[in-house]
Amino acid sequence: MRVALFLTCVNDTLYPDTGRAVVDLLTRLGVEVDFPMGQTCCGQAHYNTGYRHEAEPLARRFAEVFGEYEAIVTPSGSCGAMVRELYPRMGERARAEGRGDTLARTLAPVVPKTYELTEFLVDVLGVTDVGAYYPHTVTYHPTCHGLRGLGLGDRPRRLLRAVGGLELRELPGAEECCGFGGTFALKNSDVSAAMGADKVRNAESTGAEVLCAADNSCLMHIGGTMGRLRTGMRPVHIAEILASTEARPRAGTEAGPAGTGAIAGAGSRANGTEEPKA
Amino acid sequence: MSGTFIGMPAFPKAAHEAVNNATLRGNLRHATHTIRAKRAKAVAEVSDWAELREAGKRIKDHTLRHLDRYLVQLEESVTAAGGVVHWAADAEEANRIVTDLVRATGESEVVKVKSMATQEIGLNEALEAAGIRAYETDLAELIVQLGKDRPSHILVPAIHRNRGEIRDVFVREMGAWGRAAPEGLTDTPAELAEAARLHLREKFLRAKVGVSGANFMVAETGTLVVVESEGNGRMCLTLPETLISVVGIEKVVPAWRDLEVFLQTLPRSSTAERMNPYTSMWTGTTDGDGPRTFHLVLLDNGRTDTLADEVGRQALRCIRCSACLNVCPVYERAGGHAYGSVYPGPIGAILSPQLRGTASEIDASLPYASSLCGACYDVCPVAIDIPEVLVHLRERIAQGGRATRNGDTVVLRPAKGHAAERAAMRAARWAFDRPGALRAGQRLASGTRRFHPRTLPGPGRAWSGTRELPAVPAESFRAWWQRTRGGKDVTE
Ligand code: SF4
Repeated sequence: MRVALFLTCVNDTLYPDTGRAVVDLLTRLGVEVDFPMGQTCCGQAHYNTGYRHEAEPLARRFAEVFGEYEAIVTPSGSCGAMVRELYPRMGERARAEGRGDTLARTLAPVVPKTYELTEFLVDVLGVTDVGAYYPHTVTYHPTCHGLRGLGLGDRPRRLLRAVGGLELRELPGAEECCGFGGTFALKNSDVSAAMGADKVRNAESTGAEVLCAADNSCLMHIGGTMGRLRTGMRPVHIAEILASTEARPRAGTEAGPAGTGAIAGAGSRANGTEEPKA
Repeated sequence: MSGTFIGMPAFPKAAHEAVNNATLRGNLRHATHTIRAKRAKAVAEVSDWAELREAGKRIKDHTLRHLDRYLVQLEESVTAAGGVVHWAADAEEANRIVTDLVRATGESEVVKVKSMATQEIGLNEALEAAGIRAYETDLAELIVQLGKDRPSHILVPAIHRNRGEIRDVFVREMGAWGRAAPEGLTDTPAELAEAARLHLREKFLRAKVGVSGANFMVAETGTLVVVESEGNGRMCLTLPETLISVVGIEKVVPAWRDLEVFLQTLPRSSTAERMNPYTSMWTGTTDGDGPRTFHLVLLDNGRTDTLADEVGRQALRCIRCSACLNVCPVYERAGGHAYGSVYPGPIGAILSPQLRGTASEIDASLPYASSLCGACYDVCPVAIDIPEVLVHLRERIAQGGRATRNGDTVVLRPAKGHAAERAAMRAARWAFDRPGALRAGQRLASGTRRFHPRTLPGPGRAWSGTRELPAVPAESFRAWWQRTRGGKDVTE
């Protein structure tokens, strides 16, 4: 199966470790992964901020770059939901505006073959035990677009429960939004920050070492809040937990306390993975 | 809409205070979380909830598609049953009609059933200006009126008040409006309810004119329906000699049968009751039973403009259950007043900018008052995709485009405040459409990362005021992939 990794612009630029984790994990499961270099951004921030017309060329690029693959895997619930939920809507809107079928037809092929990582693991590969080892207490925050947009359901939790050494703690108010919301975090920063602080307090109350989610944008907001509130928790992407094995522990297994990096967890992410030689 | 809200600041400014008001945050958190959990339970009991939701959506969509026909049918049925129908294009016209009708009775006071439509048009203020006093009889509405406050929730207008605050309002204000609060009133719910009951009973027995809204109007029979919990509405609907109902045109349903769906979904969604205690239905007038004169004022006030918008029209399906408010994390923290409208919360964020247009500061900011988390869509009993409409309205504000105002198609210019954002979005799109440019940007960011500040000045403070900045890695994924796997760099 020819699988393409759609990493997303945020992960590519700020969280390369998540990308490396997905590659490690899928390779370990016998999947051949490619990273098409023509990929950039799915256009979600443009679309959701009200710039649908700016998002259209990005959607077309996505369809062009990924069209030839059998499956497209992304470690982001919200970018996955953008392709699956909103690309068809963009096509419909173009049609309704009298611009014909071209956009709808261009985007249609990539829609059903785009999978969020945990969906791909559970639904396509049919695995819940990926052979991971992560000896930590973890609480899981289901991010909104994964939960309500894609309907990921209990897939991430089932995967986490099968991880060796991992103790999963239930997060109170798990289904409440963390307050990121893309440009919402800036446009309504007071409300966003209040939501983030409540999320962090709920996470702290579990006593877990790690807050896990399937979306680094939300983790950037939650982790950034954790850093400011000086909690001892680390935000970690689910891919990094699932990629971690006894032979090759990663993602904070030997990291120092949170809040030491510019973002809590950033320090840990730089650990144990390849640093550039340059 | 009501003049009370003109000149409201933009949502973020209005929310700022609420977020930092610990009492308000506590009141709202407690109230919304309680009702949220109860609603979830009441809905989970119904095995065919998904089908009921779909049916409600379809009935409303069908009615809206043929609204002209059903409204004319409604007028005929109401008239045949002895009622008089009036058509009001906007708030001003509706207020004038109601004021004239009350004047014609020679009365100078009316009792009111809780009604969103009359709040939307600012009827109480208009009546006041004409020397007519309107007494709110819904308990929460009474609290708001006595406290010279504004409602902050569709169903529980005084949700922002706790029991102690309510007791203080009763003790301080009741005397000036009628029967004073009993001596030594405490803040127990039973005592507060009794004080309100005594105060209101006097008004019910005296009033000659009642004013109401309606939850549904049945075109087929001309029947109006009011759904409530307290029974105070029933008093207003049956005791006065004249009844005047002001109802938005989108409240019509084709047939009696259609109520079967909504009378199941509305109470469970709003108060988490299996069935609401009082469902009042009346069809015109009946000799020797209830009001002898009945007037129905059909209100447009921006509704046909909203109906003209393909994406936005779904907001007209709303049955005002308030489930979306109760699950909304933004409403919970910003409070209802920040929305600058009688319609707060997620539904307000999509309804107000459509009914009023997007010209004012508050209306242009409402579509952004959401993290697009989708909790509102999940609970909506008529499946209004609120996030979809929010994004659609953001587009109207940021990029301009066609809209309908007062029945005419207008082309809106992009809003002024968004010029910098528009430029940034365009620049980002340019870079994202060129992987080489993205790569160069990443390299620059990585190369200078030791000099990156921990906090940002100016508008960047909106992020770094409460959150650490993410650290830029030494190498982007793209660069790493190319270095280790030899991926071909794509440069255009
Ligand atoms: S939008 Fe839906 S959930 Fe919100 S008040 Fe209206 S019917 Fe209820």
